[in-house]
Amino acid sequence: MTVIRRAVLGAIAALPMIGLMPKAGQAADPIILGEVNSYTRLPAFTEPYKKGWELAVEQINAAGGIDGRPLEVISRDDTGDPATAIRIAEELVSKDGAVLIFGTFLSNIGLAVADFAKQKEVLFLASEPLSDAIVWSKGNKYTYRLRPSTHMQAAMLAEQAAKLDAVKWATVAPNYAYGQDAVKAFKSELTRLRPDVEFVEEQWPPVFKIDAGSTVRALEASKPDAIFNVTFGGDLAKFVREGSLRFLFEDRDVASLLTGEPEYLLPLGDETPEGWIVTGYPPADIDTPAHNAFAEAYEARFGEIPKTGSIVGYNSILAIAAALEKAGSTDTDALLAAMEGLNVDSSPTGPFTFRAADHQSTMGAYVGRTGLVDGVPSMVDWSYADGADYLPSEADAAALRPAE
Amino acid sequence: MGFYFAQLLTGLANASSLFLIASGLSIIFGVTRIVNFAHGSFYMLGAYLAYTLVTLWSGSVLGFWGGVVLAALVVGLIGLVVELTILRRIYHAPELFQLVATFGVVLIVQDAALAIWGAEDLLGPRAPGLDRAVRILGEPIPEYDLALIAIGPAVLAGIWLLFHKTRWGVLVRAATQDREMVGALGINQAWLFSAAFVLGSALAGLGGALQIPREAVSLQMDLSIIGEAFVVVVIGGMGSVSGAFVAAVLISVLNSFAILIFPQISIVLPFIVMAIVLIFRPYGILGKPGSEAGAPEAPEAPLTLMSPKAMMVMCAGLMALALSPLFTAEFTSVLLVDVMVATLFAVSLHFMMGIGGMVSFGHAAYFGVGAYAAALAVKFLGFGMLPAMAFGPLCAALAALFFGWFSVRLSGVYLAMLTLAAAQILWGVTFQWQDFTGGDDGILGVWPPGWASSDRVYFYIAFVLCVGGIWVMRRIAYSPFGYVLRGVRDSQTRAEAIGVDTRFHQWMGFVIAGAFAGLAGVVFAFSKGSVFPDSLGIALSIDGLIMVLLGGIHALAGPILGASAFVLIEDWVTRLDYWRFIFGTIILVVVLVAPDGIAGGIQRLWRIIKRGAA
Repeated sequence: MTVIRRAVLGAIAALPMIGLMPKAGQAADPIILGEVNSYTRLPAFTEPYKKGWELAVEQINAAGGIDGRPLEVISRDDTGDPATAIRIAEELVSKDGAVLIFGTFLSNIGLAVADFAKQKEVLFLASEPLSDAIVWSKGNKYTYRLRPSTHMQAAMLAEQAAKLDAVKWATVAPNYAYGQDAVKAFKSELTRLRPDVEFVEEQWPPVFKIDAGSTVRALEASKPDAIFNVTFGGDLAKFVREGSLRFLFEDRDVASLLTGEPEYLLPLGDETPEGWIVTGYPPADIDTPAHNAFAEAYEARFGEIPKTGSIVGYNSILAIAAALEKAGSTDTDALLAAMEGLNVDSSPTGPFTFRAADHQSTMGAYVGRTGLVDGVPSMVDWSYADGADYLPSEADAAALRPAE
Repeated sequence: MGFYFAQLLTGLANASSLFLIASGLSIIFGVTRIVNFAHGSFYMLGAYLAYTLVTLWSGSVLGFWGGVVLAALVVGLIGLVVELTILRRIYHAPELFQLVATFGVVLIVQDAALAIWGAEDLLGPRAPGLDRAVRILGEPIPEYDLALIAIGPAVLAGIWLLFHKTRWGVLVRAATQDREMVGALGINQAWLFSAAFVLGSALAGLGGALQIPREAVSLQMDLSIIGEAFVVVVIGGMGSVSGAFVAAVLISVLNSFAILIFPQISIVLPFIVMAIVLIFRPYGILGKPGSEAGAPEAPEAPLTLMSPKAMMVMCAGLMALALSPLFTAEFTSVLLVDVMVATLFAVSLHFMMGIGGMVSFGHAAYFGVGAYAAALAVKFLGFGMLPAMAFGPLCAALAALFFGWFSVRLSGVYLAMLTLAAAQILWGVTFQWQDFTGGDDGILGVWPPGWASSDRVYFYIAFVLCVGGIWVMRRIAYSPFGYVLRGVRDSQTRAEAIGVDTRFHQWMGFVIAGAFAGLAGVVFAFSKGSVFPDSLGIALSIDGLIMVLLGGIHALAGPILGASAFVLIEDWVTRLDYWRFIFGTIILVVVLVAPDGIAGGIQRLWRIIKRGAA
């Protein structure tokens, strides 16, 4: 009996803690924005991104904020794990009082947070993830996406690739959803434009674990006219080095997704391959008033030239500020109404719109060729591809989404 | 013909790279019995240091090779510091505890490398004089690949000479076979251990440094190599350097041909090979029986029932947990659900490791199977939450029944690695089978139904399942079955002599642990609303291992303390900049202060207080 008595006594000892009832939350003055991204997992991309949104927040607050209220971003590291990202999103919304969530880089984390946003009925602006599923097959009412998607960027490349003489294509892509989506989109777009092309070889190295020598040899064995590449980061560097050593790129055209982004292009240094058709961002060469103002402010603030992530971070805040202004409130329903067809009239990359039908922004990307300019890896012969031109019509896109 | 020969050479060049890192790992394990997770970090440090040195002395042949060698030596020195300051103090801790310390080192090195070399990938220069390809049978082969093909066997020969022709090497081999005896013969073991650790680290550094001409140096290098390095060591036989060489060649050559036929296989190929080898050769290709574990430990003191006072404390804690939703913010309940899930997972792993004496490096497999089974049942079979919650653990138990049958035939590290192979194969299937599992886009929309969707209601569902699960496992630990399982752990021979079917008991212990890990998985799935392949991944298995070891493997309360501390500290620390450095440091401090785990540390503290009071 003593055991039971003591157990009960112990349990009763915990009762006084009931007195510590939670305090009612107070309406804070600043508008809190919740932000989550893979800062430790992918610092090469997320550091410039963070600087981008920091700059935008500082500029907006210096100009008086939104309706007199400053913006405050609470930023957290998701450690590269979707489950952690969801816990953080929950904390940002229910404890920190964030009016919306933005950020994420990895597609699976973007999807997890999008699903969380749907369940908890909060607006989520997916800044960076490229997965088509976020706005199409798994799209939902609460989720919008800023960056041009895998499909859009692959379509931009396919348009250029269709102009080449090449008929036999080989593909190499990291073996996960991003790589698979990209290859699928590129194949369907290129075949639509050029019914005569055939795809003769596919290589699927594990992401960040490419066995570059063997992969290059397997591609070479199929004797393609041209190659479509989706590898990036460390895999790309290995692929380029092994490929040029083994003459894989001699007399062959290469179309390469994202390779023109400074994050991926600069590390290639003087081994940058010449003449690859790429999507990306040439920060030093864009000469528009909006971009010049952005680039100067960015360099003055951080002492380096902006990268793709910087643009994505900066445009995220511009879009959120525009939505807040248009909604005139931080209420989720008002924000959702504001996001539908939201126009961002001026951004460093030009104006863009969030399409009401599929919640994808029409922010575009730059398409050009790689080259070395004064020994610095750069994009040459580039032009801006407006995202709107590479999306299915709004009616077709709406049909891709699950019924609400 | 030329094409296949060239493919073979490519495979052999990769084999040399892989061998260099695996040989160091094998030597360290052979002598010190440390499962060194930080080996990948040494490899990465070697690459970064070599990058810095080689770019500094760029252009000359001497500059390149001098830089590579110097980088390896510096990494050896770093290894010495780690050994002297941390590992030397915890050799007497329970088996495998040292891997917690090496995990702390991994975290610290990651942030240190980020702070020193920055986030961007660094592409070093090619090797001077070896920067072209030569044609062999008409196929272009990079000269550097040929150099690597020569370096691998040269290092193997060097290690062989060192081990067979020097007194030090003979002593190392003796220590690999019987540490106690070597110590009894008057050899200074501490010095022997340090030297082996330095040699192993330097080899890892050399392996990293030699990668400079082949790949960009990046912050992912450490984790991308460590799994494969372990696989090579295990296939070859723990502690056998020539075995590691054979295994490295086997895996690399197989991979270079396999991707011609089935490119997707790369993800899991090493693990499939390891599983097959271990099923047919339980000690690896060249390993010897007895190479799987260290010197036998003194048997643990039998488990005693809780004292009334401890019971009182526990009930107070449980009551506080049960009442917490009333007096804390809503978010706290979400965090506490995560803590309870991690605790149930850690307790199930402890049931296997602590009670059953079977170490698992792949326990997340059953967590993930539970989570996926529940999510798939909701998606394809239209199950409600509660039936799905029953279905998940059942499937996890079935998976454990299947993989357990193979695993209990092995012991020690080989058993652990076979569980890892099982987990990785399951992960690979889940990752690849998009139509069924959604691939890495996972399964979304696995939320609790309306009545359970509030965070507070779900907290109580999780409370009942997790606390209930932990209670049941405790009961099993004190049941006749639990006593037999502990008997088998302490002496398999004696248990067999009194007529116990040891393998069957271990098998059933494996299944019980798997089922409860599956239960943790389903609670997790419905709390997050989505399931991704990460829930079967190595990272989660390692987290579980750290929780159990950090908490204290010799106490039933260990995994509870370990899991709570791990989740709460991580939740707090990730808010800070350079949190991995801080987290790693916290882990090292705990390791040094309490080599018997948190539970052991608290017990010692309690005894000191009592003595002071008396």
